[in-house]
Amino acid sequence: MSKDIRIKKGLDIKLQGEAEQITTNAVASNVYTILPIDFHGIIPKLVAKAGTIVKAGEPLFYNKSVESMNFVSPVSGEVIEVVRGEKRKILAVKVKADKEQSFQDNGRFNIEAASADSIKEHLLKTGCWSFVKQRPYDIIANPEKSPKSIFVSGYASAPLAANYDYVLKGKEVELQAAITALGKLTEGQVHVTVGKSSNSPLAGLNDVSLHKISGPHPSGNVGTQIAKIDPVNKGETVWTVSPQDLVIIGELLLTGRFNAERIVSVSGSVVKNPKYYKAKIGAELSTMIYDAGVDSENFRLISGNVLTGSAVKPDGFLGYYHNEVVLIPEGDDYELFGWNKPIFNKISTSRALTFSWLTPNKKYDLTTNTNGEHRAFVVTGNYEEVFPLDIYPMQLMKACMVQDLDEMEALGMYEVAPEDFALTEFVCPSKQPHQEIIRKGLDLMIKEIG
Amino acid sequence: MALKDKLHDLKVKYSGTKMSPVFNAFHTFLYAPNEVTHSGGHIKGADDLKRTMNTVIMALVPCLIFGMFNAGYQHHVATGEITTFTEGFFRTEFWTWDNLVVGLWKVLPLVIVSYVVGLAVEMFFAAKNGHEVEEGYLVTGMLVPLIVPIDIPLWMLAVAVIFGVVLGKEVFGGTGMNILNPALLIRAFLFFAYPTWMSGDKVWVHGAVERTKEIAAGANVDAISGETILGGLAQGKDLGYSVMDMFYGFIPGSVGETSTLLILLGAAFLIFSKIGSWRIMLSALLGAIVMGLIFNFVVDQEWISQGSKFYTLMSTEFWQHLIIGGFAFGAVYMATDPVSASQTNKGKWIYGFLIGFISILIRVFNPAYPEGVMLAILLMNVFAPTIDHYVVQGNVKKRMKRLKAKTV
Repeated sequence: MSKDIRIKKGLDIKLQGEAEQITTNAVASNVYTILPIDFHGIIPKLVAKAGTIVKAGEPLFYNKSVESMNFVSPVSGEVIEVVRGEKRKILAVKVKADKEQSFQDNGRFNIEAASADSIKEHLLKTGCWSFVKQRPYDIIANPEKSPKSIFVSGYASAPLAANYDYVLKGKEVELQAAITALGKLTEGQVHVTVGKSSNSPLAGLNDVSLHKISGPHPSGNVGTQIAKIDPVNKGETVWTVSPQDLVIIGELLLTGRFNAERIVSVSGSVVKNPKYYKAKIGAELSTMIYDAGVDSENFRLISGNVLTGSAVKPDGFLGYYHNEVVLIPEGDDYELFGWNKPIFNKISTSRALTFSWLTPNKKYDLTTNTNGEHRAFVVTGNYEEVFPLDIYPMQLMKACMVQDLDEMEALGMYEVAPEDFALTEFVCPSKQPHQEIIRKGLDLMIKEIG
Repeated sequence: MALKDKLHDLKVKYSGTKMSPVFNAFHTFLYAPNEVTHSGGHIKGADDLKRTMNTVIMALVPCLIFGMFNAGYQHHVATGEITTFTEGFFRTEFWTWDNLVVGLWKVLPLVIVSYVVGLAVEMFFAAKNGHEVEEGYLVTGMLVPLIVPIDIPLWMLAVAVIFGVVLGKEVFGGTGMNILNPALLIRAFLFFAYPTWMSGDKVWVHGAVERTKEIAAGANVDAISGETILGGLAQGKDLGYSVMDMFYGFIPGSVGETSTLLILLGAAFLIFSKIGSWRIMLSALLGAIVMGLIFNFVVDQEWISQGSKFYTLMSTEFWQHLIIGGFAFGAVYMATDPVSASQTNKGKWIYGFLIGFISILIRVFNPAYPEGVMLAILLMNVFAPTIDHYVVQGNVKKRMKRLKAKTV
């Protein structure tokens, strides 16, 4: 029996260029790149140096503070370059893929008979632990802690997000295997959320507590769902896994192979044929975007969604946790009297000569222009309109900015991740970097409180 | 080369220099900047602070225009040039060119001085501290001429603006950091530094002060009082104006505060555009009504004698308090300043209510300066962070309770 959750506060940002539900095999990349920066807070220790031949699923590096935590290669081939930055920090590990892929065989895992410890050990060794994240702090889960529950959001409400119902189709067996295994790691429940009117493969899984969610974005954010279902208190931990990563975990458990394949949506207003591609983690984005076609010379390529993803160059790579690529126009142009003339082509929560409230179903072609300059916090009350958590967003951000740990703790810092502040950042008239403020706050807490 | 490119080249040229913020202020006035996002959210909403402030200015423009006509109208009534009085908002003797000319002549210099001096101070600090010229003064600069008496000497206004911007805002770090409402601080400075120009019965109508001097010197001119309704009530006089006159705003008072009708229109626009807080406006209204009812009750119960100096103001019908004096203007345009008001939604209810409540309290019990809304707002500005603190603590306690319930 599923439980219904309805989110009232939020904002659906409807953008042009939604991906059509057709999947094409992306042209195989020559080079796959893993960026350690995707694993926030991890200090990588290299296993595979340049020249090492690896199979798909063999470790490239491990986590310095938890040595059993491996990060593995998405493909088989040769490590051709380890890009380093200041103080020899590892920025990227590049693997040139073999034409014929070979996989490291981790053996079929007996989920039913396995203990929690053996599951943990197996996931850490095979690189699948990297898919398990935790709150507080929004980092890869600490395997030494036991979570009070595990959350899987099977509903993507972010603008132009890949449709989970579509990309997970036919993956029921893998999803069930992963859920059964993860379920053994918590004393609580595995909460799975699907859209209220969706037709998700996740809805049919066993051993889960199913929730149906409705309402505007950020209803699909796992943070919103945690807050409504089982909020994080001080001293508690919850884990989160995204459904596309469950598929990889499930396949590994069932077949012993780390198959980094996922279905990626390529969308956005400058894409000629927005659709889905079968690709692997770390793949060159050019393999997809040039097939989909681009209508502009001046565009922003984003791995991930437009609210939380990272900007990459056209020769960039698919982020470790991403299953979508968005291309929108760069907005690096001036606009005559842009601050006072009536606006019909942008989205606003106010009605200050802005008219998006008249056309709630219109799809907009938004650019990367900030629509204003950075200012101190001035306007109040507008963040709360799009922020469904029972937290005072501005007060929490101010506590982060002045690094007041007690205040941050009291105001709900354990419950939030940067992505929960993506919408407040979008509507902010002062153009403050909300997600960055929260990320820095979380990092400070990790450092000071641990 | 197009203007856009020329300005861009100049921006690049001045980048990093002391003049950069000043140049950017002019540049961004003409063109929304070409800044793009870098990380986090790649798209941004349409609103910025300039648009927000511009919306408030638009809501103030009707009050400004009405204030200009009213300046001329009050002057011409006082000098006896207007003798016929018709009914209705669009009465012919009010909307005349003659009235407007007086208004333009007296009010425009106030607007110009307010903006030129205020923005000069802002630009000086922006250049000195290397931050951008922020938009807060766009609204303050429009509010200031609307809340002063018509004949206030321009140099006094200039001094007050400098005081208000420097000590009310810049010392705290600029727009968004101030504790008190800068426009009200400017008015409070004038009020306490030059009381003869800010209160009493001779400053609200253009020319009244000069004529008093002439009368004193023995000239045979019809004396006019030119006092505000509140001033009159405080002295135990009758209202002297019809309710509709007071509602429409055909009464003496600060330049832009007299027309409750236009203030309500402005309020409707601010609430509709979601720029002004309806919570503060509504709760201020409720607070004033409650206090007014309490005073009316005291009078009804005959707990106060007719001889008391508070009797006339106390016995004024509670709803009349809403349309006389600066209450409506204060509640709609001043109390809702997001920086100095309470920032939490619950806090806004408490903050607004207390402003309304205390406004009428001061109005009745301080007959020397019967305009209470300014002091009430400044007082509550100081308490706004405390109100927010307790509201936020309520949220914190809820979180702690959740944890305790879990532990048990």
